[in-house]
Amino acid sequence: MSETRELDFAEAIREAIRQEMLRDKTLILMGEDVGKFGGIFGCTKGLQAEFGEERIRDTPISETAIVGASIGAAITGMHCIAELEFMDFIGCPMDQIFNQMAKIRYMFGGSMKVPVVLRAPAGSRYPVACGGAHHTQSLEAWFMHVPGLKVVTPSMPYDAKGLLINAIRCEDPVLFVEHKLLYYAKRMASLRGPYPTLIQKVPEESYVIPFGKADIKRPGEDITVVATMMMVHKALRVAEELAKKGISMEVIDPRTLVPLDKQTIVESVKKTGKVVVASEDAKTAGVGAEIAAMIMEEAFDYLDAPVKRVSGLDVPIPYAPILESTVVPQEKHIREGVLEVLAQKE
Amino acid sequence: MYRNMLRIRRFEERLAEESARGNIPGLLHLYVGEEAVAVGACSTLRKDDYITSTHRGHGHCIAKGGDLRKMMAELFGKETGYCKGRGGSMHIAAPEIGIVGCSGIAGAGIPIAAGVGLSSKLRRTDQICVSFFGDGASNTGAFHEGMNLASLWELPVVYVLENNLYAISTPAARSSKMKNISDRAAAYGMRSAVADGMDVLSVYDAVLEAVERARKGQGPTLVECKTYRFRGHHEGDPKKGEIYRTKQEMDEWEKRDPIIRLGEKMIKEHKAAQAELDAINQETMKEIEDAVAFAKQSPSPKPEDATTYLFAS
Repeated sequence: MSETRELDFAEAIREAIRQEMLRDKTLILMGEDVGKFGGIFGCTKGLQAEFGEERIRDTPISETAIVGASIGAAITGMHCIAELEFMDFIGCPMDQIFNQMAKIRYMFGGSMKVPVVLRAPAGSRYPVACGGAHHTQSLEAWFMHVPGLKVVTPSMPYDAKGLLINAIRCEDPVLFVEHKLLYYAKRMASLRGPYPTLIQKVPEESYVIPFGKADIKRPGEDITVVATMMMVHKALRVAEELAKKGISMEVIDPRTLVPLDKQTIVESVKKTGKVVVASEDAKTAGVGAEIAAMIMEEAFDYLDAPVKRVSGLDVPIPYAPILESTVVPQEKHIREGVLEVLAQKE
Repeated sequence: MYRNMLRIRRFEERLAEESARGNIPGLLHLYVGEEAVAVGACSTLRKDDYITSTHRGHGHCIAKGGDLRKMMAELFGKETGYCKGRGGSMHIAAPEIGIVGCSGIAGAGIPIAAGVGLSSKLRRTDQICVSFFGDGASNTGAFHEGMNLASLWELPVVYVLENNLYAISTPAARSSKMKNISDRAAAYGMRSAVADGMDVLSVYDAVLEAVERARKGQGPTLVECKTYRFRGHHEGDPKKGEIYRTKQEMDEWEKRDPIIRLGEKMIKEHKAAQAELDAINQETMKEIEDAVAFAKQSPSPKPEDATTYLFAS
């Protein structure tokens, strides 16, 4: 019998790792503070006690070695989860990610597989905590530009579990981006009110969500909002408010940026003729740019208005809350973007 | 070992010729002069042991058992090459004989080798990994992180540092204060050794000891091999590098040619006759000829397959 409990994002991640550790004896996890400490965001809590120090491995502060060693183990018979404490640290092991992990299979003519999942906590924690320039960024767009990587960006606990299990079973390198604000739902009652979707019923048994399948989080008729990670929850709240004004907003979560489910997005655009792409990363050459360009190529004739990007400003993330909430898009920015495309005033 | 060193030498001499004729589409970083390191080190290994290699990797791959036909075809950019023409000179892999990849990025293989060692350890096999890299790579952050991790976790890895004295044109002495770069091993609590990289037996002895320790679970060693490349950093390096090194220095090192040295030693010690060495040379030349013919006859990859092998699923 399947038992369905309510889990938050971190619990869903932990359950996925635990179930896969039980299933796959070649699976190991390494990163900083992942052992007794349970990971900086608690995602590996209890796992070292259950699976031992050999499989849940604390490392020095050596991101290049974490990713490099994961690659080496993965190409010789292991499956690896490499954890970064913050996605902002991803510049340190960058060569291992974009020149090694992503390219090994292709440049060696398909002779090797690289089953590594690189978990990277990203995004703004406003209003919970201000991380500033080096603990807040959303850098997933960089990796959409690297052929050979799959880029997964879940927004909800149910998706997180199924997508992470799929990522672990996938024989290709996966960048698994986890928005940090999603972790705080059970600890912060103030988040649960506005964003009830941060906690969800999640089946206890193992299940897989395939890559490249977007999820329509809210069906609508008037405008399509393609949103990622925390922006999904924000968009859903905006949709709820705008429904009171008679606006029917469709919210699509691509769930994976590589591969991207173009079809679901294009079909929605054909229906609504209007699109906003909402993502937290800096605007220029970002997630929104890629999705907007794809829509122009695939569905230009169906557009009634230019595609609108609601993205981060092109500056480092500032510390002061009033600045962070200006630089990182909030609900009001989505709302303004939607109304602009609909040519409606507040 | 003599035959393998000669196979590397002749293979690369032929590559230089083919390159000059315009038959090799890419850049070549030749290993001529350094053959004793690859052959000495790989002669201590089993077929199922691993190596990671570098941009100057032909020697390592041949010494580990690489098929000359598949290597030549790869360098010609053909579908029959080890990597089906997707890799080229700097990116050969042959996991079936333990070559888990050459990298064009200095130092990149060092942490990867630690992971290969970790895998052997966790899978409870006694396979070891030899990681080749140069004096230039020893100044990267990847060196520090990889060496530290391998030592910390007592991984079955032997790091073989090929100190050929120059990182492209920059002398090792202008990159580090260390006389012996291998002394850095002490900073990681790792054993180290220094070998004469122009003497295949010196390399063999030093690496064998390290390999035996690694296989017994006694952790990694950094073996520094003092060597020299007789040609330029790459084919096309003007005057084989005489811009940044003296003719006198180059001549001195060439007198220590590891292949000639071993040949003379074997004859002197009555372990081989000149006729036998000549026969090996003839056989090697035939093998190279065959590899070139194979590469030339092989088909190129098809343009419509440009994106194959990107993902497993």
